[in-house]
This record gives sequence, C-alpha cells and structure tokens, in this order.
Amino acid sequence: MLEFPRWKVWLVVAVVAIGVFLSIPSLIAGTPAASAWPKWFPQYKISLGLDLAGGSHLLLEADASDALKQRLQAKEDEVATELRHDPRIEVGDISTAGGKLSFLVRNPAQVDAAVERMRTLTQPLALTGKRDWDVQVLDSTRIVLTPTPAGTTQALKDAMGVARDVVRRRIDPSGTKEITVITEGGNRILVEVPGVEDPEALKKLIGQTARLEFKLVDLSADQQQVQQGHAPPGSQVLPMADGSGFIAVKRRVMVSGDQLTDAHQGFDQDGRPDINIKFNSSGARRFGRTTQENVGKPFAIILDDKVLSAPNINEPILGGNAQITGNFTVQSAHDLAVSLASGKLPVKLNVIEERTVSAELGADSIHKGVIASIIAVLGVIIFMLVTYGRFGVYATIALVVNAFLILGIMAMFNATLTLPGIAGFILTIGAAVDANVLINERIREEIRRGRRLIDAVETGYHEAFRAIFDANVTHVISAAIMAYFGSGPVRGFAVVLLIGVVTSVFTAVYFTRMLVALWIRRHRPRELHI
Amino acid sequence: MKLLKLVPDHTNLDFMRWRNVALVLSLIVTVISIGYTVYRGLNLGIDFVGGQVIRVEFAKPVHIDELRTRVDRLGVGEASIQALGNQQTYQVRLPKPEGPETASNAVVSKLRATIPQVYPGARVDAGESVSGKVSEELAQNSAIAIALAMLGIALYIWFRFEWQFGVGALLTLGHDIAMTLGFFAFTRLPVDLNVVAAFLTIVGYSLNDTVVIYDRIRENLRKYRKMAILPLLNLSLNETLARTVVTSLTVLLALGVLMLIGPQVIFGLAIAIFLGVVIGTYSSIYISAPVLVWLGVEPDSFLKSEEKDSAEAQPA
Repeated sequence: MLEFPRWKVWLVVAVVAIGVFLSIPSLIAGTPAASAWPKWFPQYKISLGLDLAGGSHLLLEADASDALKQRLQAKEDEVATELRHDPRIEVGDISTAGGKLSFLVRNPAQVDAAVERMRTLTQPLALTGKRDWDVQVLDSTRIVLTPTPAGTTQALKDAMGVARDVVRRRIDPSGTKEITVITEGGNRILVEVPGVEDPEALKKLIGQTARLEFKLVDLSADQQQVQQGHAPPGSQVLPMADGSGFIAVKRRVMVSGDQLTDAHQGFDQDGRPDINIKFNSSGARRFGRTTQENVGKPFAIILDDKVLSAPNINEPILGGNAQITGNFTVQSAHDLAVSLASGKLPVKLNVIEERTVSAELGADSIHKGVIASIIAVLGVIIFMLVTYGRFGVYATIALVVNAFLILGIMAMFNATLTLPGIAGFILTIGAAVDANVLINERIREEIRRGRRLIDAVETGYHEAFRAIFDANVTHVISAAIMAYFGSGPVRGFAVVLLIGVVTSVFTAVYFTRMLVALWIRRHRPRELHI
Repeated sequence: MKLLKLVPDHTNLDFMRWRNVALVLSLIVTVISIGYTVYRGLNLGIDFVGGQVIRVEFAKPVHIDELRTRVDRLGVGEASIQALGNQQTYQVRLPKPEGPETASNAVVSKLRATIPQVYPGARVDAGESVSGKVSEELAQNSAIAIALAMLGIALYIWFRFEWQFGVGALLTLGHDIAMTLGFFAFTRLPVDLNVVAAFLTIVGYSLNDTVVIYDRIRENLRKYRKMAILPLLNLSLNETLARTVVTSLTVLLALGVLMLIGPQVIFGLAIAIFLGVVIGTYSSIYISAPVLVWLGVEPDSFLKSEEKDSAEAQPA
C-alpha cells in the first residue's frame, strides 16, 4: 500500500497535468482569455454538437429511380456519340423505356459491329468479373443494354462520392466553414452545418440537381402535336420552367454543364439578373461550332429537364462565354450559379431527416447545463466531505481531476459534446463517487473488524476494486453498444460515458490511493477518522 | 468533526423476511406495467414514428387555443401543442403526412414560413422532421441496442460469477425495464432517442448495484461455508447497505439537480435515469438476491469453482 515509488507519483502527476493542460483551450473558448493562449500550444478543442452550438442537421438519401434515370441518360449520350463515330452506324431512336436502353440497327449487316462497339462501352467490375451493362440482341436487329445489379450498386457508390463533394461545394463554396458532409450506409449523406438556423436555404441549394444542357429547338415539330407531348423522331418534348407550355428540342446535346469552368450571377442589358457562364476549351469549341452552324435559329437552355429559355442565336458565340437568361431573381440566379459552378449532382437527393436548433436555444442549453452540472458537483462534493472527512477531500480532488481528464481526452480526440453528453458527464461523476464510496465503506468495515489502519486501508482498496471493476465493465458494455448503434446525441452520451469510465477508475482508485499513501507515509497516523 | 453516517455501523435488517411479499408486489407491478404499456402504448416521439416538431418562441404570450386554430387551418394534420413553461414558448408536433418520404419535410418548411408571418417577432427555435423510413430504422436500432446491452451484461456476469447470478441479473434488468416502460406509458412523457440512452444507462446502473451485492455474496459464500443461504444474503445486504444508500443518494442528488434546473430538452433523459436508480436500488436487493435462493445457490455451490480458484483465495 505504501509502496508508491517516486516515479509512479510523478507519472500520475504528469498525466493529471497533461489532462488539465489539454482541457484549457476548450474551457476558455469564446472568452477573452482565448487570445492569451499561445498559438504554438496544442489547440485541441472539444467541438459542440448542433444541439448546443445551434445549426442544421440534414440527412439526405439518394433517389434510386433518379439515379437510374441519370445513368440511362448518360449512357444514352455515350451510345449516340459512339455510333456516330466512323464508320457510322445508322440506328433508330434510342429508347430508355423499362430501365433499359434499346435501339434498332437499320442495316442488319452492322448488327455485329454495333454489338462490338457497345461492348467497348461497358466496364468490368472489380472482383466480381461481371460488367456493368449487359449487351443483348433481340429479334436480330434490336440491341438492348441492361444495367446489371452489381453495376448499379457500383454506380450508386461512385455517384454518392461525387454527390458528397458537390454538396460540400454548394454549401461552402469558399471551403472555409466547419461543416460536416459525410456519406452514410451507401446511399445517404449526412450534412451538419453549425450556425445555420434556417435550413430552407440549404435545402434549396441541395435540392437542385443542376443538370444544365443546351439543345437546339426542333422547328420542324408540329406545335399542336408538341403540346400533346408528341415529338418527331430524334426530338423530345420538354416543359417550360415557367409553366407556359411545352417545347420540342433535338435529343442531341450541343453542350452540357459538365463543360463549365465557372458560373456567376450577373445582369443582362435590361438589368435583369442572369447567370454568366464560361465553358472549358472543348466545350467552347463545340458551342462555337454549333452556334456558327445555326445562326438565326433558337436553342433551348435546359435545367433539370425543364427549359429555362429558348433564345435565338443572333451570332456565333465563339469565346466560350455565354449568359443564361430566364425568370430569375438575384437570389435564385445566385443560387443557380453556385449550383452550376459546383457541378451537377449525379443523383437527386431527398431530405429524409432534418433537425435544427437555433443558436439562442443552444446557448440557453449550455448555460443551464453548465449551471446544473456545477450545482450537482458541488452537492456531491459537500456530501462526500461531511460523510468521509479527509477521505472525502481526496474523493473531491479526484472528482475535479476526473472532470479535467474527461475534457482533456475529449479535446484530444476532438470529440463532440452534446446535451446528452452533459448528462453522461454527470453520470460519470456518479460512477466515480460510487467507486470512492465502495472503497471508503469497505475501509470503515475493515476498521470495525479490528484491522490496523494500514491493513484496513489496504484491504479496503483491494476488496473494493473487484466490484468497481465489474461494475465499470458493465458500463463499458452498454456505452460501447450505444456508441455503435446510437445516432448523434446518443452517441455523444456514450462517448462521454466511455471516456469517463476509464478516467473515473483511474482517479477514484489509483489517484486517491496515491494521495492516501502519501499522507500515511508522511504523517504516520495512528487512527483513521473515516 | 463528527462525520455523517447515514447508516449505523452494525445493521442487522432481515431483508429476506419480506422477500415473498416483495416478490408478489414486484410481480403485480411488473404485470401491470407491461399490461398497461401494451394496452395504452408509449407516447413515442417523432424519432420513432416519424413526423415533425417545431419549437417556437413568441414575442408576446399567445393563447394555446388560438395557436391551435391557426395551425389546424394550415391543413397539415392534427397538431399536438404543448406549452413549455410559460405562454411564450410552445412545442408543436405534427403527425407524419401521407405520401412520399419528402412530404414530412415540406410540412416543416410550411410551418417555418407561416408562423413568423402570423406572429411578428416569433422565432422558430428548433425544428425536427423525421421521415417514416428513418424513424423505423431508429426504432429498430434502439431495440437492438437495448437487447444487446442486456444480453452482453448478463453474459459478462455469468462469466464472472455463476449461471444463477447471470439469470438473476437478467431478471432484475427485465423488472427494471418493465417498470420504467410502465412509468413512461402512464405519464405519457414522450419517448425519444434520449430516453433510449436513459434506458441503457438504467441497465448499466442497475447492474452496477447488482454486481456490488453479488460480489459481496460471492465473497461471503466463500468465507462462511456453513452459513445457511438466507442469513448469508441478509448479512451481505447489511454489509453493503451503507454503500447502497450513500451511492444512490449521491446519484439521485446529481440527477435531481439536472432534472429541476437543467435544460428542458434533457428532462426526459434525467427523469428516466432518476427513476431507474430508485427502481434499480430496490431491485438489486429484492430481485437479484432472492432469485439466487430460488435458483438453488447453496453455500457449497461455489465450492467447486472455489477449489479451482484457490490461487485467488485470500489468506484469512
């Protein structure tokens, strides 16, 4: 018991000092004292959960049917381009009905060549040995491309990775905010933005796929047919964004938003908000060539399958700069510009969970939580002091050290403190007190049985430790399960509990034992007042 | 200074004398709790059934009926409105709307836009919207988490003690969970994700108590091999009584403070743990210990393992 070599004492002191040191930045954050903390000191800080800091939490889920639709569209463009290559293969309209691409090869002699060319468009999938599309020939002239399930899964995974980056760029174009955007479970994205109290603006930014396409207007189409939704071969009918009817456009894409390098909000010559866009070199070339060949004809600016406007090509647009006009306000033009500049979402995202807390409510929660914690701890301390005297003092010091260690370790792992985390903190204090109660009651008992002082203290610590250990293992089991299954706030609770269990065993058992040992060694008491 | 001793030095309470009375009482209350929970159901929060909740702080006091009429007029479903403390803060809860997963979200947007228009100066302090899909997953995960925690802990106790102790711990837990469920069913307090954290904590705390008492029973079984089981249980309970009282009181003190002056948002969490501590303290005495008698723990039932474990035995 009294064997407490000097190096062990210093080790314990060092651990405690490091804990206190690491917890300081978190404690002084937001106060004037924060600026006094030297820059070259460790800056580990506990981050506050959205329930304390205020902000928005959104859980987005990929729209599976839209993912398939976008994938089919992309493949359709690829197929059309491939077939136009020399030697050109003449085909009928490419159909996307039933989640498959299919088309008729006009010259039966070219069917084999077409199948061969289609095969080059499919990719092998890693590990499985399968390809992402199945190519089949039906009725000897119809070629059908079917997405394979494995290919769909892989495509969704790739799309989510891109979508995550797009979402991040849209919410935080400058890349300076402390936002969280992570993919979860294959088809979800979790977005946490501190400080944003109105998630509507966020939802608008994320809600738009922002697939921009320029296509020529099909002037040969019969207007009456078009309004009924019938388009001539090689064209399609699209609705106008302002709801003013339908318009027929050529299926072939002149140039798409993928080839943008920049987009920002501006004004047209009449002072109405518009969006200035800039193409990359290949996009600029294609746009220039098509506009040159079609001067005097209208082209459609299409966003997410709706036609924003269909201006006339007055002159060839060669420099790669263009304006998108439509019915915009400054805000909507700005939002669209941000969306366009950040790229299109490879899949539409639906908001399936939303939680928002205002900064005021968060601050109020912190305030009440901190006051409650302080009063609770003070109450416990007073109770310990009147119950155990000197040993109560040791328990109290252990409690305070425990609090610092928890904060320090949380800061080191950059853990998030949530409201339930504060409850977890208080519960941890309870566990630490319980350990001391177990020890001290056992010492009382051993003294009653007539053991000598040192013997009683030693037996007390030894016998109590078994129960303390078992009890804390049960805490660890439930905390670990919570951390694994829990979401957001519950996980915050579990993390504090998990860290607290470790630190409270260290402080309540090891640290107090050291204090007691040092005291006994120095004063050699004959009697124990406990 | 005279130190406080809540429990006198040599208590000799005959706990086990009341064990059959306590058992009958516990059984009755457990059956009522489970029956009531099944019959009445829990007031599940939107975390588990989907829907939306917003919390609004008004600039001036607003009458609840007036607010209800206004919200009903939006045509977004039957609202349940609750005043939080004063007449200026309200919580409005709306059921999950029919239709696609995204419909739920649109309702919150509508409320968020409408309220400040009708009541100038009103501020939406918090808004939550959970779709049916997410809530189903949360409910499922929570149920799995609680079941796994119970099982994991019971297995640990079985591993550390004897199988009777594991069963005893599991029964104790079942009793505590049933009581707590009954409490939530009866008070209609909303059960949300925080309450699940509370349930897991209750599981942990109740086990903590049980483990401490079981540890002492094991120790005494090894020490007094000739003593009959009932006096031995009484002795163990009396020896740990001071610890039981002091620890329970400290934890209740801390939780009581949190419950009374802590943030309103975690009231459910605090009250659940508070209650769990009270129930857990009772059950570790009157469920955990007597169960050992019925499961046939005898003074010599530890002998075999004791002999194997002789390396661990302490010289007297």
